[in-house]
Amino acid sequence: MWTVIQQIAPYAIIFTIPLLITALGALFSERSGVVNIGLEGLMVIGAFTGALVILNMQEMMPGQQKAIWIGLALATVMGLLFSLLHAFASINLHANQIISGTAINMIAAAITVFLARNITGSGNIQISTLKPFNVPFLSDIPVIGSLLFTRTYATTWLVLAILLVSAFMLYKTPFGLRLRSCGEHPHAAEAAGISVSKMRYIGVMISGAFSGLGGAVFIVTTGGEFNGTVAGLGFLALASLIFGQWKPLGILAATLFFGFATTVANVSQVIPSLAVIPPVFLKVFPYVVTLIALIVFSKSSQAPKAVGEPFDSGKR
Amino acid sequence: MRNGIISLLAVLFGLIAGAILMAVTGNNPVEGYKYLFEGGLKNLSRIGNTLATATPLIFTGLSVAFAFRTGLFNIGAAGQMLFGGFCAVAVGLTFDMSRPLLLVMMVVAGFIGGALWAFIPGLLKAKFNVHEVVSTIMMNWIAYWTVYYAVPAYFKGEFLETESKKLPEAASLRTPILTEMFDGSYINLGLFIAAIAVIIFSFIINKTTLGFELKAVGFNRDSAEYAGIAVNRSIVTSMVIAGGLAGLGGVAFYAGNATSIQIGILPTQGFDGIAVALLGANTGIGVLLAAIFFGLLYSGRGFMNAMTEIPPEIADSIIAIIIYFAATSILIDRMIRYFINKKKNKKQPAIVQTTTEKKEEV
Repeated sequence: MWTVIQQIAPYAIIFTIPLLITALGALFSERSGVVNIGLEGLMVIGAFTGALVILNMQEMMPGQQKAIWIGLALATVMGLLFSLLHAFASINLHANQIISGTAINMIAAAITVFLARNITGSGNIQISTLKPFNVPFLSDIPVIGSLLFTRTYATTWLVLAILLVSAFMLYKTPFGLRLRSCGEHPHAAEAAGISVSKMRYIGVMISGAFSGLGGAVFIVTTGGEFNGTVAGLGFLALASLIFGQWKPLGILAATLFFGFATTVANVSQVIPSLAVIPPVFLKVFPYVVTLIALIVFSKSSQAPKAVGEPFDSGKR
Repeated sequence: MRNGIISLLAVLFGLIAGAILMAVTGNNPVEGYKYLFEGGLKNLSRIGNTLATATPLIFTGLSVAFAFRTGLFNIGAAGQMLFGGFCAVAVGLTFDMSRPLLLVMMVVAGFIGGALWAFIPGLLKAKFNVHEVVSTIMMNWIAYWTVYYAVPAYFKGEFLETESKKLPEAASLRTPILTEMFDGSYINLGLFIAAIAVIIFSFIINKTTLGFELKAVGFNRDSAEYAGIAVNRSIVTSMVIAGGLAGLGGVAFYAGNATSIQIGILPTQGFDGIAVALLGANTGIGVLLAAIFFGLLYSGRGFMNAMTEIPPEIADSIIAIIIYFAATSILIDRMIRYFINKKKNKKQPAIVQTTTEKKEEV
């Protein structure tokens, strides 16, 4: 059993990280009061931008990892810019946020493949991926070393750092307090002199930036190519946000759960102790658990109170 | 009336955006649109294919619209359609009986399969107040994996692992009469079922107590409860009917347009149903027209792609942009209001003008 866990841990972590960063972005958006179900689309935008930039940069500077980092950075920027569509619709125009998010998903899926075909001739963009490394010294620690510090990607540490900074920002800074107040009692926030729409714009933009990064991280670690989807990761990130009860550490736990559950399902056939379980049960397991979690948490949901409601200054 | 204008303007803006996209990528938009519409309308066979492409969209559009009338967001039409279609195909491949009976059984199985898939989110919403957007997304993936493993296990195709056996002719919604009438197109009986569904949809929503109660819950859940309407039961009923409609979409798609069920794909028609419902302003006739329009874009894009360099995804892009404009219809609404006021300002004297403006604001 232990060897099994050891074997799958690196893969589970690789799967967890894009999920984590995307869900973390969504946390900012929902805490500010805007539902963002366009995560999938924003990730696709990030994956596309990342792949396109990396493809071109690798031609200019072959064999260098720098190309990948430039790709990740630009993917973040494009995710942020694209999320402005959602912010404008849901904040300025009081549009139904779920419809707007759906539109974002559809636009991203269609337009990226459209552009990919125009630019490269096919809907797929192949890139070389980031190289994993063993963290010096730490990987020699017994138990934890082999679990957490072998075959890691630099992006993993970047995302974990962002998680820490985000948790600090949300709970220990005036900015975090203001952002959260806009998702709970926007009218009180406004009365206290906070610009609700500004905070919500920031929330959605952080969500877009993180999702863009998440999509790009997905293709430079596991995917290796852009093909128009991120395989439902965006929706899973949304589930992680709810499963994690809109809290940074909760989200970390939820995404780790999804990471391990999905990896177990993926490798079950080659591991004798798991091969006895029909694969369909392992595959639907995370989704069924999410449904059960939704039922369990339904009485004590920690959802921001004003999430999904357009802010109308005149309505109290 | 105003909804119709908003939808038409959203379509117009979507088409303009599509033209810009074509131009930016170095293609000729006029040529693109010419081939796109020719591809969908040029001859009887193409018209037949346009209508066939529209058929599943009518069902999923009705599904989303029906739930929406009760204030529910059915984002799980894809999963309901997949599972309903799977049930119908399973029936079609398992039983050997006279054609009319078999087809009726398949339709019933499809409806029940879809209804079951929406019943769970409906129940969770009614009993535990679980938001239906998240639960229907989860149900989509559960359907995806269930079909992914059930098809190869029980109905494996002769040549391909990734699809089921071909349905026998007796279990297909295609009929020789229709196929001949439309020059070998894959138009099928699904279209007639869809037309009946549109009529029943409009009847239930507009003429029955059930429809009234569902709409009342959609307008204001609390006041509906106060008025003695069983809100929770309405929510479950609404989801079951919505899921059943999406399931019928699966029947029309897998047993009519196609002849087998593929694994590894969530049908995109499920998500397009959201677009269709939105553009059709959640009315029966609106859904029908919007679905035919999208069917035209989808069936024409292949021809356009063959004749020009424009990738077929332009159709999806146009539809997605239309949805964005429909979602932000308040922008269009403001524009219409602006032009109406401008016109009135010219015609009427100053005092009357202020009163009409006040009326507009209310």
